[in-house]
Amino acid sequence: MAKKICVTYSDHLEDPPRELDMEAAWNASKQWVTFQHFTFLKRMYVTQLNRSLRQQIKPKSEPVASPFLEKSSSSQAKTEVYEMKPFAPSTLSLPRKPNETELIELESASIIEGSVDVGKETKDEKQWKEMKLHVDDLPGILARLSKIKLTALVVSTTSAGFALAPGPFDLSCFLLTSVGTGLASCAANSINQFFEVPFDSNMNRTKNRPLVRGQISPLLAVTFAACCAVPGVALLTWGVNPLTGALGLFNIFLYTCCYTPLKRVSIANTWVGAVVGAIPPVMGWTAATGSLDAGAFLLGGILYSWQFPHFNALSWGLREDYSRGGYCMMSVTHPAPALGVTTWTFPVIALPINLYISYLGFRFYRDADRKSSRKLFFCSLWHLPLLLLLMLTCKRRGADRDSGEPQS
Amino acid sequence: MVRDFSSTGQKNDCVSRFCPPRKSCHDWIGPPDKHSNLRPVHFHVPEDESAAEQKLRELRQETQEWNQQFWANQNVTFRKEKEEFIHSRLKAKGLGLRTESGQKATLNAEEMADFYKEFLSKNFQKHMHYNRDWYKRNFAITFFMGRVALERVWNKLRPKQKTSS
Repeated sequence: MAKKICVTYSDHLEDPPRELDMEAAWNASKQWVTFQHFTFLKRMYVTQLNRSLRQQIKPKSEPVASPFLEKSSSSQAKTEVYEMKPFAPSTLSLPRKPNETELIELESASIIEGSVDVGKETKDEKQWKEMKLHVDDLPGILARLSKIKLTALVVSTTSAGFALAPGPFDLSCFLLTSVGTGLASCAANSINQFFEVPFDSNMNRTKNRPLVRGQISPLLAVTFAACCAVPGVALLTWGVNPLTGALGLFNIFLYTCCYTPLKRVSIANTWVGAVVGAIPPVMGWTAATGSLDAGAFLLGGILYSWQFPHFNALSWGLREDYSRGGYCMMSVTHPAPALGVTTWTFPVIALPINLYISYLGFRFYRDADRKSSRKLFFCSLWHLPLLLLLMLTCKRRGADRDSGEPQS
Repeated sequence: MVRDFSSTGQKNDCVSRFCPPRKSCHDWIGPPDKHSNLRPVHFHVPEDESAAEQKLRELRQETQEWNQQFWANQNVTFRKEKEEFIHSRLKAKGLGLRTESGQKATLNAEEMADFYKEFLSKNFQKHMHYNRDWYKRNFAITFFMGRVALERVWNKLRPKQKTSS
């Protein structure tokens, strides 16, 4: 006969679990219907260990860490530790009468079934989280909302543009430009996420973003974006120069109001996105020089070209998600011809980069001064990694094509 | 909310079966739905809910259901059409649905690209309408959230003004 243990549930169960006799246990079984109330109120976990129904409640005397502190994805959240203490069968007093035994078996069968359902539903219920914002979690949430790593990359391209520009290096101007650009980028990224919640939910790459997980409300996201955009653009306009400020504002607009909606309308979004990526180094240049000249356009042009292999490499692996989500990406709409193009795009894209570093090298050779040496040095920092990335991109796509050909 | 042990179908209405603790006065968000991948929200109804708050809650509830329906349908259709495409291509090539090792036969990236492209262009109009409606709803919800937040701040300040005067 299956040995079965039931325990009573109460709102204020602080004591350790008690062993009960079977009579009290039958009363307890009738309280299964209100089980769900207690589950949440005291965060008790009932686990079922195979079919022998050794059940244990582990009362938690203090609340677990706030759900929003979980950095892990929802799937990882399911793996919670259960402390299991098997009940010693000798502690139970079982009825001796045969007819009562039959009754016990019947009831135990139904409760097994019920407990399986409850087990599943408890598991589902545990994944429900209260939408309450904890101040401790806010920095992490905002960092993810503003795509802080991407922002850091954008700021670094702006710094590169600033450093490459002719003229004396002004540290305060440099810092103001970096901070201003960083704030503008945070604002743009937050608005992008605000627009894309249901699409992000459906793509593996983006399904753990803060708005998707409900860690922050849309209102707060928009407020945060405004609180970044306004000081950011103001800093650039009045702290640096109006041209840089205008470029910053234009870039925010381009990214949020052009690129983001265009992603679902036309493949032209990639070209717009490339411009968005090219503007920050141009901003660095205009911050240092105060004007848009040939050097700014050359730098912008290089980064504009770079965006294509960068983005196409990223989007190649996401074609299924993009197609299902309704995104118009070249990797989905023009797959086969794109593969054939990579072999000659590499030298084409690499050419301006190589020309530029050659030009700087020539200038250094001719001038042999601190200014030209510094420029050449900074160029060399990104020149090689950039070329390697380009080569890697082309090679990977070539390899895909090879593996796609049927074995003859 | 009494749970029915006899029900076996775990449908998408986990929102209706979920019951938050009585003491909580916040919304609760659940795990992603297996069809739509969207996370359902259980909206808390406060006792002193104002008209604006009620309007916001109803709009959010309705948007949630509308979104759920669209994406569940979208994903289910995608998977179904993908399977059909794979089957038809395998059949055209004269191959079975399973490889020699017993694994499910798949097509390579280039062949799947045809399907992805076709799916995208076939559903283009549907996506356009969805985008337009989603943007409208998202803006409306955020606007009402702002209005409700301002209302709450105003209500908190007003009694203080009364006592000070």
